[in-house]
Amino acid sequence: MRARVLVRPKAGILDPQGQAVERALPALGFAGVRNVHVGRLIELDVDDPARLPEMCERLLTNPLIEDWEIEEVSELEGAER
Amino acid sequence: MSSSASSLEERHRQLGLTDGEYARILERLGRTPGDVELAMLSLMWSEHCGYKHSRRLLRRLPTEGRHLLLGPGENAGAVDVGGGLAVAFKVESHNHPSAVEPFQGAATGVGGILRDVFAVGARPIAVLDSLRFGEPGASERSRYLLERAVAGIGFYGNSIGVPTVGGEIYFEDSYEANCLINAMCLGLAPHSRLIRSAAAGAGNVVVLLGALTGRDGIGGASVLASAELGEGDEAKRPSVQIGDPFTEKKLLECCLELLDRELLVSLQDLGAAGLTSAASEMAGRGGVGITLDLCQIPLREADMEPFEIMVSESQERMLCVARPECVGALLDVCERWEVLATTIGCVTEGDSLTVLHRGMAVAELPVSVLIDDCPAYDLQPEPPSSDLYGSPAAVLNGDEPAGEVLLALLGSGNLASRRPVFEQYDPIVQSRTVRRPDEADAAVLSLPDGSAIAVSIDGNGRRVACDPLRGAAEAVYECAANLACVGAEPLGLTNCLNFGNPEKPHVAWQLVQAVEGLAGACEALDVPVVGGNVSLYNEAPSGPIFPTPVVGMVGKLPSAGRAGRLGFAQAGDSIALVGPFSPSPVGSELSKLLGRPPVGALPEADPGAIRVVLEAVRARVRSGAFRSAHDIAEGGAAVALAECCIAGGLGASVRLPLGLDPFAEAPGRGFIVSGSREALAGLVIIGEVGGDGLRIDGLLEVAVSALRAARDGGLSGWV
Amino acid sequence: MKFGIVRFPGSCDDIDALQAAARVGDAVLLWHADHDLQGVDAVIVPGGFSYGDYLRAGAIARFAPVMAEVEEFARAGGLVLGICNGFQVLCEAGLLPGALLPNLSLKFVFRQVELSVVRADGPFTGACAAGDRLSIPVKHTTGRFYAPELELDRLEDGGQVLLLYAPGHNPNGSRRDIAGVCNEAGNVFGLMPHPEHAVDLLAGSADGLKIFESMRAHVEQRVLA
Repeated sequence: MRARVLVRPKAGILDPQGQAVERALPALGFAGVRNVHVGRLIELDVDDPARLPEMCERLLTNPLIEDWEIEEVSELEGAER
Repeated sequence: MSSSASSLEERHRQLGLTDGEYARILERLGRTPGDVELAMLSLMWSEHCGYKHSRRLLRRLPTEGRHLLLGPGENAGAVDVGGGLAVAFKVESHNHPSAVEPFQGAATGVGGILRDVFAVGARPIAVLDSLRFGEPGASERSRYLLERAVAGIGFYGNSIGVPTVGGEIYFEDSYEANCLINAMCLGLAPHSRLIRSAAAGAGNVVVLLGALTGRDGIGGASVLASAELGEGDEAKRPSVQIGDPFTEKKLLECCLELLDRELLVSLQDLGAAGLTSAASEMAGRGGVGITLDLCQIPLREADMEPFEIMVSESQERMLCVARPECVGALLDVCERWEVLATTIGCVTEGDSLTVLHRGMAVAELPVSVLIDDCPAYDLQPEPPSSDLYGSPAAVLNGDEPAGEVLLALLGSGNLASRRPVFEQYDPIVQSRTVRRPDEADAAVLSLPDGSAIAVSIDGNGRRVACDPLRGAAEAVYECAANLACVGAEPLGLTNCLNFGNPEKPHVAWQLVQAVEGLAGACEALDVPVVGGNVSLYNEAPSGPIFPTPVVGMVGKLPSAGRAGRLGFAQAGDSIALVGPFSPSPVGSELSKLLGRPPVGALPEADPGAIRVVLEAVRARVRSGAFRSAHDIAEGGAAVALAECCIAGGLGASVRLPLGLDPFAEAPGRGFIVSGSREALAGLVIIGEVGGDGLRIDGLLEVAVSALRAARDGGLSGWV
Repeated sequence: MKFGIVRFPGSCDDIDALQAAARVGDAVLLWHADHDLQGVDAVIVPGGFSYGDYLRAGAIARFAPVMAEVEEFARAGGLVLGICNGFQVLCEAGLLPGALLPNLSLKFVFRQVELSVVRADGPFTGACAAGDRLSIPVKHTTGRFYAPELELDRLEDGGQVLLLYAPGHNPNGSRRDIAGVCNEAGNVFGLMPHPEHAVDLLAGSADGLKIFESMRAHVEQRVLA
């Protein structure tokens, strides 16, 4: 199975990257942008998707400072299998 | 083996070869080259690899010296520094890739020069960078290039654990369309570990170390591809190489261990033109042949064609030759360091570079055709018939009081504090750094026996534009002056020549004059050129960049503890101005602020007198007689005095010699030094350290805090 | 007194830590793939970019084979010092509270900073006096110390904050100016500044030596007891 894990900075923790992006957008002419946060995407092919939460807790994220979400688990396309 | 993309007659043109060059290939080979062969030849015969327009000219540079261990032609030059140790060093440019993607361009520029240094067996111990951009105040693009290039240099150097100990940055409109990113690296090695790149020993094994080979940097050669790339496939042909300092750190440690264990016959890094260049040069220097089997090469993408594999510029790879009985131990070391190591070929008798793919030879070229037969063109120099460069925007009108002029200079782009830049670099990892940026005129790194090496990098394009002959010589004198101020004697020099299109007579003239200037100054100071780099075609429709020879000089001093500093040390100390200093306003920073174009002859230099003052400053810094020493460079004596006050946190009261223009320049010839009155006896004393302001009699009086504020404010917000 | 300095792929300040520790006792390198602490009295997890800082700084290094031994050593009361990347590794390993986040400036920062000593007892700052100022360089991109507010209160009240950035010297936005913290038992200590780069006046400051000397004094005392 192909899985996509989204990793976000935990709410309430100062996110200077998000702030920097939020500041830069209006300067380029994009108004009306708020609440920007910058995280990470991890994609992986896994045999056993049930183990994904454990992978997230132990290695893929630092639960003290990050939230994670398994965005999608799908069948592998034909040729990739 | 024909290309579907273009007819046979057009292939060579699309690969950048002239008709004349292609005819020469046909004549030397005695047959039509295949696709892979043509790709290889087009790269080895490119300006970047073949130095077609500069090879003959570079012979003018002196390359002999009593401390010399490795000269031009190896991956890096090296000099003896005593105690059985050698320092290897070189400077290289990465100008064009950085204009495309400044972070990765600058990062991979650092990566590349690091590899050149550990390719000769030296552990990289310092990096310096010499950068040129357009005016950040006027150009958002230049601000962007500056910020990203600095971030890229920091990213690579910091991550791999090599300190960035110095450098320089200049801003001129001339570089707006062509930024310059020159990176210099020094490495340390016991003499016994220095290795040459010449392959040797028929039957010996060729091993590829490091990263997987992908499609990076294939660029122009992609016209040879068998299949048309569809939309969305552009990503498969990355034009930007991505640097990976973590892989290079492991590669570096691995290579040094292989050398310590004496497991290698030769070592070569893969840079421009990848495997083609590395294999050709190893075979060429060794007078042997090499056969490579492309099917052995670990690839990042499954379906790469032979020509792609041969010209790939994927980073963080090295090529080595080992005796068959050493290969087992070699692979063990590589496994320990998690470095991919693959036997990909062997050394052969004869002189053929043979490339096999699925059992068939897809290329079989005499190494001599790849390297020796590359044409060398004579330049057709003609002095420019009119001024090449415009006038900068004036910031001052000439009526301002001297104090205001001084503050304007200190806050100007070329003189302002570089702290916002160098705070992004780690200058102390490896624990050798004894003088950090801003503490002295040269970086100083201690050696195990208590002595130290010093290094400086310099070059002023504006002054070379005025007068290429004298301007280029000044770069050498200024480097030597910087070294003298820390007490170091020069051992060797590396240079990067950044110029416009050499096929244009006025650029050819700049190049010829500049090389002559460099050569003359090197001969006068008895400093050999150990190696270097040339970057040509830095030109926009509006014209060429300022001719910008960048010089990196390495020297030695007997005691790290006695390395000089530039800041005034003690209230009550006497201040002297020493040296054959007859400065002129031509080409000065003030002339730029006044909106004058770079025109006019620079002051003549008396090499004999320069040698004398260099020796005198060096000796008194070493003895401790001079508690501070600072050479007078951009901005003239007034700026040098201000810099000494700022660095020392102390004011000064001076009276300049009658008739001395406080803002006129003559790099490498004047020094502001301080020490006790007794220690400075016999010198031209101009004043005394003390108070909290800089007072130049009859000229200006400015608080040190104001001087510092002006200087600190210059670059902030831009980087 | 024998120090062991862990060496991961990508460690940069390992030799620097080795040389600094060697001024105070014996010092050896501990290879990341070995399960052997070579009988050392204290472990130092050094600065650098272990595993390229991939995923998160220290996230991969904490699972290196040798770290199993280091964790056991720490649980048994052995002294463990984490410097910069080492601090990050120890936080990821759960041997120290909190986490290190990107500097507020989002840029790498090198600066000689002043630290103030909060507690001058214990194995890491015993050679100092409370209120002492130490001049020690920082060099990092991800050095902003973070823990939830209640946790920070607990750390301060429990005396786990050993070093603060002196007023005006906080280079990265660390919460409450925290530069270095120890675990509850006091035998594991992490700090972002680099004491191994402040052991020689020739290089600017020798204040960092006090941390190594504190560790030696503690070990020697323990042996005598």
